[in-house]
Amino acid sequence: MRDRLIFTAQLLFTLLVAAFLVVPVVLSISAGVTVNYFRGISSGVTLQWVFQVFDLYADTILLSFLIAFATLAVTLLVGVPAAYALHVRGGLLSRIVEEIITLPLAIPGLAIALALLISYGGFGGFRRSWLFILVGHVVFTMPFMVRSVMAVFSTIDIKTLDEGAASLGAPPWRRFLDIIVPNAMPGILAGALMVVTLSLGEFNLTWMLHTPLTKTLPVGLADSYASMRLEVASAYTLIFFIMIVPLLVAMQFFADRGQKA
Amino acid sequence: MNAIVGHGASVHIEACAKTFADGTLALAPATLDIARGETLVLLGPSGCGKTTMLRIIAGLEQPDAGGRVLFDGVDITAVPIEQRNVGMVFQSYALFPNMSVAENIGYGLKIRGVARAERAARVAELVALTNITGLEDRRIDQLSGGQRQRVALARAVAIRPGILLLDEPLTALDAALRDRLRGELNRLLRSLGITTIYVTHDQAEAMELGDRIVVMRKGAIVQIGTPREIYFKPQSRFVAEFVGAANIVEAPVADGRLMLPGGVLPLAEGDTHPAAVAMIRPETIAIVAAEGAALTGTIDSISFIGDRQRVIVGGASDKPLTIDAPNTVAVTIGDRVGLSVAPDAIRLLPEHD
Ligand SMILES: Nc1ncnc2c1ncn2[C@@H]1O[C@H](COP(=O)(O)OP(=O)(O)OP(=O)(O)O)[C@@H](O)[C@H]1O
Ligand SMILES: [Mg+2]
Repeated sequence: MRDRLIFTAQLLFTLLVAAFLVVPVVLSISAGVTVNYFRGISSGVTLQWVFQVFDLYADTILLSFLIAFATLAVTLLVGVPAAYALHVRGGLLSRIVEEIITLPLAIPGLAIALALLISYGGFGGFRRSWLFILVGHVVFTMPFMVRSVMAVFSTIDIKTLDEGAASLGAPPWRRFLDIIVPNAMPGILAGALMVVTLSLGEFNLTWMLHTPLTKTLPVGLADSYASMRLEVASAYTLIFFIMIVPLLVAMQFFADRGQKA
Repeated sequence: MNAIVGHGASVHIEACAKTFADGTLALAPATLDIARGETLVLLGPSGCGKTTMLRIIAGLEQPDAGGRVLFDGVDITAVPIEQRNVGMVFQSYALFPNMSVAENIGYGLKIRGVARAERAARVAELVALTNITGLEDRRIDQLSGGQRQRVALARAVAIRPGILLLDEPLTALDAALRDRLRGELNRLLRSLGITTIYVTHDQAEAMELGDRIVVMRKGAIVQIGTPREIYFKPQSRFVAEFVGAANIVEAPVADGRLMLPGGVLPLAEGDTHPAAVAMIRPETIAIVAAEGAALTGTIDSISFIGDRQRVIVGGASDKPLTIDAPNTVAVTIGDRVGLSVAPDAIRLLPEHD
């Protein structure tokens, strides 16, 4: 009897918390398809705001994905070998490098952006291109990739596996591709998931670094909240959701499969 | 079966020492020759530098300046492991979890650019040789310890290595399996006829597998010899006690006899030190009638082991003597017995160490 009571209370609490989190999402999305938010859903359902967002902000959506996947590519190409090198070398120097890579986690995005602007703001072409934002995103997401790959390395004896492959005649690059990468896959996938998610949703740093021609989705969203009808901004959120949720589900799916393999 | 591997290379190690970055001297300068086709066992307690020596031969560790490693007379000290054509079995096996059993065994051949069909044939040959038929498509985490050990061996042998290096390949297994695989491994290594260097801290393994045994202690080689030489003619107290059971007796010598508290034991001709540390193996002491015996003592304890009985006799020597007697000898605790030892079964050792 007492157990039942405790269970019911826990269930209620969980549902309440979930509702607290879900309700704003539902409201926001529904606002995006209402004719007039202040009159409520009774004013009618429409897709006009969604189309308007597409007209105004289609390029920000494209740019966001471009930057997210470019960030992923860079963090993979640099982060995975870096994680391997840091793990194998060990020692004080590796610890220091690891800490430096991790630093952007603790530093506010605004500060990173400011530093980038002070250092490279003078290079006009670079400053105006989306590559400038890419650099910011890489700095910000790199620790997630490096850390999650290193976490896998610490659970398997990667050094001995590498030596095993070497004894069979494999040169270093071959060992990296045949042995290191496949065995680090769970960490790489988990890292990739974080990198893409963080890059797509990143606002602080991007807001500082963007130009009118290099807006990403979250920056565009802020823009529309500030200058458009609430319905437009909500429709924007809706689009964000529709694009990112399937992507995340797909990546999670692959990450899980990688984990099992 | 002669096509499985060639006869391999000869190995010459010259003045190879190893000091690690933290200052640990893991290996004092060691010089060693290993003949083509020979099985050499590196034997010694934990931390004595066996793995370090093996890794220097493999190319996973560089010797300190001045050390050289030669395969078939060619200096390969600076050649990385992937170009040395050595087969290596690691203590943890180092099997690739991302590959099936067959892919593991075939990996070295794939690296060498061997065509798929030829590779498959070679893998099948090794699967049969190492008795793992039916497991080819398994993942590594679906194998038992003994099966992993076989896959690791098959993988190392598949590349027709010049030298096969094994670092305690049986240590991770339980005792019964270890005994069985030891015999199997012995037959396999003999049939392959390949130059093999085998690291172990288990003297029974060393005896069974080695053509010669290198006994190591604290980073130094203390004795090199055939299993019989190491067992019957240890050159130090350390070797005598590390390899097999040994009674170490400290006593003065007079008239070519060992003067013990319980009597005397005649020594072989030429053993004329004034005082001695002597080794007597338990199985070389015979229990005889007390009357007329040159050495007598009292039975302290008897443990029946099955194929023999272990008898502890007090009062004969400075310390109680351990005797392995046939299981048919009738003895009782408290009996006064005579002991006899053939003179050439008593081995005098240097006092020190
Ligand atoms: N990378 C290293 N850095 C510092 N010291 C090391 C390193 N590897 C081994 N040592 C030290 O060198 C000595 C010899 O080690 P080694 O691994 O060769 O011993 P071993 O005879 O194989 O022992 P075991 O039977 O326990 O495997 C030990 O004292 C060990 O602590
Ligand atoms: Mg070792």
